[in-house]
Amino acid sequence: MNADATLLEVRDLTVVRGGVQVLDIPSLVLRENEVLSLIGPNGAGKSTLLLTLANLLQPTTGEIRYRGYVITGNRSSHVYRRRLAMVFQEPLLFDATVFENVAAGLRIRGIARDEIRDRVMTTLGLFNILHLADRSARKLSGGEAQRTSLARAFAIQPEMIFLDEPFASLDPPTRLGLTEDLERILQKTGTTAILATHDQLEALSLSDRMAVMNGGRIVQSGAPVEVMNRPADEFVASFVGMENVLRGNAVSSSAGFLLARIAEQSIELPGVAEAGEEVVFCIRPEHVTITTINPGDTTSTRNIIPASIRKIVPMGAFHRVHLDCGFPLVAYLTSQSLGTLHLEEGTRVFASFKATAVHLIRTGHRTC
Amino acid sequence: MELIFEGIAKAVALLASLDPEVLKITWLSLKVSGIATFISLLLGISSGTLLALADFPGKRLLVSIVNTGMGLPPVVVGLFVTIFLWRNGPFGFLDILYTPAAMILAQAVIATPIVMGITVASIQNLPPNLKLQILALGATRWQMVRILIKEARLPLLAGVMAGFGGVISEVGASIMVGGNIKGYTRVLTTATVMETGRGNFDVAIALSLILLVVCFGINYILTRIQQRERPR
Repeated sequence: MNADATLLEVRDLTVVRGGVQVLDIPSLVLRENEVLSLIGPNGAGKSTLLLTLANLLQPTTGEIRYRGYVITGNRSSHVYRRRLAMVFQEPLLFDATVFENVAAGLRIRGIARDEIRDRVMTTLGLFNILHLADRSARKLSGGEAQRTSLARAFAIQPEMIFLDEPFASLDPPTRLGLTEDLERILQKTGTTAILATHDQLEALSLSDRMAVMNGGRIVQSGAPVEVMNRPADEFVASFVGMENVLRGNAVSSSAGFLLARIAEQSIELPGVAEAGEEVVFCIRPEHVTITTINPGDTTSTRNIIPASIRKIVPMGAFHRVHLDCGFPLVAYLTSQSLGTLHLEEGTRVFASFKATAVHLIRTGHRTC
Repeated sequence: MELIFEGIAKAVALLASLDPEVLKITWLSLKVSGIATFISLLLGISSGTLLALADFPGKRLLVSIVNTGMGLPPVVVGLFVTIFLWRNGPFGFLDILYTPAAMILAQAVIATPIVMGITVASIQNLPPNLKLQILALGATRWQMVRILIKEARLPLLAGVMAGFGGVISEVGASIMVGGNIKGYTRVLTTATVMETGRGNFDVAIALSLILLVVCFGINYILTRIQQRERPR
């Protein structure tokens, strides 16, 4: 199997509903064996894109090619649909046993009874639900039901699987367990997958490539780490957890570094912008360090800003510390560090972050 | 009260003696209403599923009409079936008026909207994405419809009960299109009406009891199936 082979190719795809364009994808390629995650808020068009790719929704314009063959416009065709599987947010199980549910896709394909039994048992084992085989689907917990739904999809050994927020309605521990299992199974089977989610961590752990959607469009796509650390615009930045999205003005650029000002503070960051240009820069909270003494002489960190603690919000293993630097800044601190530094609201501290931890977004606006 | 007790006693005697006349009437009731229900299931489930799944302007109006049809007065059905089957009527050439076939036809007309209305509601009550999930599993349209009907089987059993209950207990249409001919088109309801009219309350009570037992028996069996099917 050619690892770089194009499985799906989308061209100029639009979907219009009730006179409103809900999807506009000029181009999208899905390669064999890759896991692509679609992230975005509710209503971004993720589900619509998946339904269109599964040929369950006809696009208004454009075409979808599967291994070079145009599949759009052939609504009654189940031949294409038999090469894929889809899992929805709700498990959508049939009123039957777990075994019968997992066997459903195979029965639809008219596969022999013995083979169905073997494949169902193997898949149930893969998802650790072999002991549930004879249980009624109506008597399953949320996690067990979604495992059954995933097993039903994988039992048919699809070439590609579309997952539409499959874990969205599960509690966090169940979700974590299922995400880990799905990652293992995707790796083991080498199934090409598209995962729609609004959980960036889920996308990060499962996918090879990430596409951020908003308003029916893909606003950025790339390797997950790239998208997370180098968001293309403010929307992407806020959606991928860049809690510090700040607006300032470029002062000067030299040697690939830019000096910018925000609320009387100078910030150095990699990039180029014209003097006076309005710029947006993003810093992940985990990249901000807090100290009670000025670390100026002991660190190579370029940006050290005096601040006072405005609010400390416990977040379990760590705390979210809201700082007032003349502009708002959020940092994450472990509970241990918080105790060691004796920090509380009102404490004067220094916030520091490396120049390379700051990501520049040029808005193109000039303010002076 | 004495009249009622006498009636019950007579009924028990009639049942115990396996009166051939009563057995014949009971068997015809079951046959006519059973066939009519079967026809209404074929027509009602298929058209109800189609109506539930299709999307077209005026669908709500059509569903409202079907729901109204669920309460179609049997005498009205009887009247129109009689007119249609009358010697000069559009289907007079069939020459089936005052035969069990006409009764089956009239009862099927009564039961079909009941089954259809319950089918529409049952299919529409399934999760909206279930249809897409079945198609995504690789089903053809026909397989999808079959699986959806299977998924709605428990509420559909209620449709069977309502349809059968509706026709075995109706009297207006049966008497109009069947004519209550002894040994030919006389069923439990029409015989009960006739015996009451003659003042033979004991026989009427006996026939009513048989009707009740038949209705209960059929519904009991269907309920058992429904409850057994419901996963525990």
